[in-house]
Amino acid sequence: MTLDLALFTILAAAIAASAVGVVVSATIVRSAVFLLFTLIGVAFLYFLLGAEFLGATQLIVYVGGTLVLLVFGGMLTSGGPFTVLKTRTAEWALGVGVAAALFGFLVRVSLTLGEQPTTAGDVPGPGPLGVAFLTSRLLPFEIVSVHLLVVLIGAAYLARAKKKASGG
Amino acid sequence: MVDTLAQYVPQSVAIIIAALVAAGLVFGFIGGAAFLFIWAERKVSGRIQDRLGPTRVGKFGLLQSLADGIKLVTKEDFVPAGADKLLFRIAPYVAFCASFAGFIALPFAEGVVAQSLNVGAFFLLAVLSSEVFGVLLAGYSSANKWSLFGGVREAAQVVSYEVPRSLCVLVPICIAGTLNLNTIAKQQEGWFWNWYLFHDPFTFVAFFIFFIVATASCKRAPFDLAEAESELVAGFLTEYSGMRWSYFFLAEYASMFAVSALAALLFLGGWHTGVLPFEPVDRLGSYAGNLLDVGVFIAKGSLLVLVMMWMRWSLPRLRIDQVMQTCLKYFLPISCGLLVGVCVWQLYVPKIAADATRYVLAGGFVVGTFVTLIAAAKPRPTPQLSGAFAKS
Repeated sequence: MTLDLALFTILAAAIAASAVGVVVSATIVRSAVFLLFTLIGVAFLYFLLGAEFLGATQLIVYVGGTLVLLVFGGMLTSGGPFTVLKTRTAEWALGVGVAAALFGFLVRVSLTLGEQPTTAGDVPGPGPLGVAFLTSRLLPFEIVSVHLLVVLIGAAYLARAKKKASGG
Repeated sequence: MVDTLAQYVPQSVAIIIAALVAAGLVFGFIGGAAFLFIWAERKVSGRIQDRLGPTRVGKFGLLQSLADGIKLVTKEDFVPAGADKLLFRIAPYVAFCASFAGFIALPFAEGVVAQSLNVGAFFLLAVLSSEVFGVLLAGYSSANKWSLFGGVREAAQVVSYEVPRSLCVLVPICIAGTLNLNTIAKQQEGWFWNWYLFHDPFTFVAFFIFFIVATASCKRAPFDLAEAESELVAGFLTEYSGMRWSYFFLAEYASMFAVSALAALLFLGGWHTGVLPFEPVDRLGSYAGNLLDVGVFIAKGSLLVLVMMWMRWSLPRLRIDQVMQTCLKYFLPISCGLLVGVCVWQLYVPKIAADATRYVLAGGFVVGTFVTLIAAAKPRPTPQLSGAFAKS
């Protein structure tokens, strides 16, 4: 058993455990925290594969994203402190069914992918990535940036203070 | 180091040993630095407030942190009855791990780094901003209104200040053309006017903006809204005691040094002295040269940490709306302008003008520093008490 495989096993086990934690946690904030651990674990997987830029991006995007989710989705919308979620048996059955189907599908797809990629060393750094974004992949990059800009403007519009209607 | 070890033990064992040694060194450095910084903080605050600070334990009170540490270890590990116990327990570790992870990519001298990353600067920004998670969790899980206020304030503050901080980091990176911290520092070798601080007027301003914003993202006064003892008891720390409480401080001092070291690497020439006409590694050999480099780097970082302390004890705390206003109305537009400005400078300013600006900036800065120091050192005859005590 190589070191890479051993580290992968440990990481994958940790990711899977915290993913289960997301589902079975009773309070929404705990779920969000387990989600954070899952996402950090995935970032570590990228580092293990030598994709440093992707790993760092995963950290900066998802840590910030989960933070906002935690604050606004979890803490500011709940009615009381430590709101507990109740899950019915039917919901459990449905959830497990969907998850099992998805898992089977993903296993099938990943088994047809063939050779595992070569590890660290020959992964390009952020330089070629940036050049590709601004030359051969310019259109998708611009579409994504305009999309983000639209979201930003929309968020600012929704969040701004509403003007009171004049004259009552 | 891995290659040397691999001659004696299998490759995988060598990697594990190297990783453990690197982690141990980083942990030891953080512990030692926090030990001395806490002592320095108390001494600095004491002197600024016209007191002596700790004097009893050890020479100059140097062992005060040790005495405090023993006290903290023996304290009760307390969890409030209404708290979310799991989150309350892990919050300090989350905060500490984030600061600790930042040091992995921090080069102390050329090649003296736990793990050299091609995207070192980006990675450092990513993990340092995760520290807020520990603070927010601590605030939420304490089941205390003051703690929650502190945590949410911290979240709002860090999420906003992250943006100008990243933009200011981009300014020297635009010149360097790489995210590798090792390479960035190596590009600034030689005399001190090669430092990116003096490269052009935009980087010169960017350094100061970065330093202020970094202070804010370390939740240091005048931006310590998360703690704000005059409003929120102790903010997110209210319910913590003993070792868990001290982990937050370990994390705070570690991230103070991490952002200062990042500033030193990006703007102040990293481990280069800036006044030696040769590279220490070439002339003094690998060990002595690297040791000198590490010493210079730690000295630069610690100097910036001392400036943070000086600011903390000199300036009054901002209100939360003022903190947000400073960031969104001033720092954000300024840093966007700096980024555009440095790109334009790189593209359109002729080399002679750029070099002249560099020497003028560097010379002016040195002369200005000397003049300020001399003016400050000159004793002034002010025997009278000021204000209400003044004799009219």
